[in-house]
Amino acid sequence: MSHPPATTELAPRLPLFRLRSGELGSVPVVVGLVVIWIVFEILNPAFLSAGNLVNLALQCASVGTISIGIVLVALVGQIDLSVGSTSGLAAAIVGIGMTSGGWPLPLAILGALVAGALVGLLYGFLFTRFGVPSFVITLAGLLAISGLQREVLGPDGTVNLPYDSFIVQFAQVWFLPTPIAYGLAVAAAVVIALTGWLSMRKRVAAGLSAPSPLSVIVRPLALLVVLLVVVWYLGTDRGIGASFLFFLALVVAMNYVLTRTRWGRSVYAVGGSVEAARRAGIRVGRVYVGIFVLCSVFAALGGLLAAGRLTSAGLSSGGGDTNLNAIAAAVIGGTSLFGGRGSAFSALLGIVVIQSISSGLTLLSLDSSVRSIITGAVLVLAVVLDALSRRSRAAHGRG
Amino acid sequence: MTLVTEVSGDRHQSARPVLTMRGINKSFGAVRALTDVDLDIHAGEVVALVGDNGAGKSTLVKILAGVHAQDSGEITFDEKRVSIPSPAASRELGIATVFQELSLCDNLDVVSNLFLGREIGAAALDEVEMEKRSWELLRQLSAKIPSVRVPVASLSGGQRQTVAIARSLIGEPTVVILDEPTAALGIAQTAEVLNLVERLRERGLGVVLISHNLADVQAVADRVVVLRLGRNNGVFTVPDVSYEEIIAAITGATDTAITARDSRRGEESR
Ligand SMILES: Nc1ncnc2c1ncn2[C@@H]1O[C@H](COP(=O)(O)OP(=O)(O)OP(=O)(O)O)[C@@H](O)[C@H]1O
Ligand SMILES: [Mg+2]
Repeated sequence: MSHPPATTELAPRLPLFRLRSGELGSVPVVVGLVVIWIVFEILNPAFLSAGNLVNLALQCASVGTISIGIVLVALVGQIDLSVGSTSGLAAAIVGIGMTSGGWPLPLAILGALVAGALVGLLYGFLFTRFGVPSFVITLAGLLAISGLQREVLGPDGTVNLPYDSFIVQFAQVWFLPTPIAYGLAVAAAVVIALTGWLSMRKRVAAGLSAPSPLSVIVRPLALLVVLLVVVWYLGTDRGIGASFLFFLALVVAMNYVLTRTRWGRSVYAVGGSVEAARRAGIRVGRVYVGIFVLCSVFAALGGLLAAGRLTSAGLSSGGGDTNLNAIAAAVIGGTSLFGGRGSAFSALLGIVVIQSISSGLTLLSLDSSVRSIITGAVLVLAVVLDALSRRSRAAHGRG
Repeated sequence: MTLVTEVSGDRHQSARPVLTMRGINKSFGAVRALTDVDLDIHAGEVVALVGDNGAGKSTLVKILAGVHAQDSGEITFDEKRVSIPSPAASRELGIATVFQELSLCDNLDVVSNLFLGREIGAAALDEVEMEKRSWELLRQLSAKIPSVRVPVASLSGGQRQTVAIARSLIGEPTVVILDEPTAALGIAQTAEVLNLVERLRERGLGVVLISHNLADVQAVADRVVVLRLGRNNGVFTVPDVSYEEIIAAITGATDTAITARDSRRGEESR
């Protein structure tokens, strides 16, 4: 057998260098978002004002964080219907711990996160051990956890958090100083440009097809322009909230873990085909348990951000449309509920869409009932699109 | 690749089997799936394992794959007695099994599937190295894959089977087991997979091929091992055995519906 010839000849000319969420990626969501913004801006010019957008970003942080967890469970083809209650339980633990419990804040926060982790651990155990469908386990969990939340809160039902506490300051008072925001924007673009350039060099050295140097530079440059405009515009009001930046950091970190690590690869594999993953030597049970734990911890974290933002924890914490919005955000952002397709960025895109709709309708002084109806309709639309794209992939032999 | 030619040059005579199974018994409750089954696998040889439905072929290879444990009987690998308690143990010995279905993740691309469960890279995945090795591997197998960065769902059945077989080679096995690799494939794609089987033999691997298609078996196998009702029912060397003889061994009678049909057709055409 002769030695294989040079490696480039068969190399793909396709721009598919990374695992992609779907055929069109995030394009439809971004287009949809632009349309929503234009419509609301026409209906009420206050919509795109810097002040409103600053608020919108703050509103995204808590449910967006919960939605990252939903993305994770959806990637392995499961669901957690109790994220709202878990976030409410976390809020209650921190609220009671800080006030009547007299715990130091770090301990209260740790307690809330550990409670979240335990919930996820229990779900993971029930799911992997007995094979009960996750929607049943978590539906039962929803009921049990909201009972627990009431138990923790005691007879009063609501506690107010001290305004000067870290958690409140972080969630609604602290904003990124504009110079630092500019610095971060530049740093992000530089990091992306550098890694892109290094990877291109490495591919060339390995004799693989590589993107052109131009495209390696253009993408981070475009991102830089967008980021600078956002920082400048929001800076004309209060700027970028600390909690929103925190949420962004979580999304970016989770995206890295999902796309660049062995564990992330095993998550997509389990979502694509459990049996194939098992036969490839992946410990499928551990992946599921890890995912359920992470999801509940993200839910707890989101609950803390919400408590900080509302300066209180109560029976209504994590109630109402929290659950639905978190799930809707993941799906609208492009993560499939059927498993194996999606990205951490879905949580970001999806929650911005949902909060834009909610904020726009509020500005039009429409009732919350109308908001619910419209959010529900958007969720159905997203799920229908998800199912349709799955069907068309199947029809075109793309799994 | 001089090593390959050396091994394949004298594979029938001098080489001792890399893997032997002796007196293998296996029951599932009251069902005796295997009774005193023997099997030898040599380096650089394709052994076809044939038999009717339920003859015990899959059970036999699942013992080698570490999916089931035998009730009694011994397995030697490189002349040492071994036990294969788990799929991981099987893989560590150097046995790679390609199951007929459910071996690939449709949503992942070719590179991710090839390296699934044994990715390269410490903290972060080394995609460049994996992609480079994927191309090298696929080229050694003369595989016709248009791109290694498309989801495997978009590949044809033959290409998918190629990826599944290529994946088994990532761990540098000495024995490759293929359970009905051509069952769902068309003519051209079957030919592709059979070419691949020949290339595995050229690389000096021992190949076990399970198939119901005797034309395929006669095309690539060096030896044919017949199982019938969980027992050995003959071992044949390929150029010396006829289609009818294999059929007879599989069905357990010389005078069967199939041979009767064949001879009837023979008479009619005369
Ligand atoms: N897990 C199991 N539990 C109980 N019985 C089993 C199990 N696996 C196989 N058997 C039985 O063992 C016998 C041999 O089955 P096996 O799957 O090995 O046949 P095979 O030769 O692979 O058949 P086919 O050509 O249809 O794939 C059959 O009678 C089958 O019912
Ligand atoms: Mg079988």
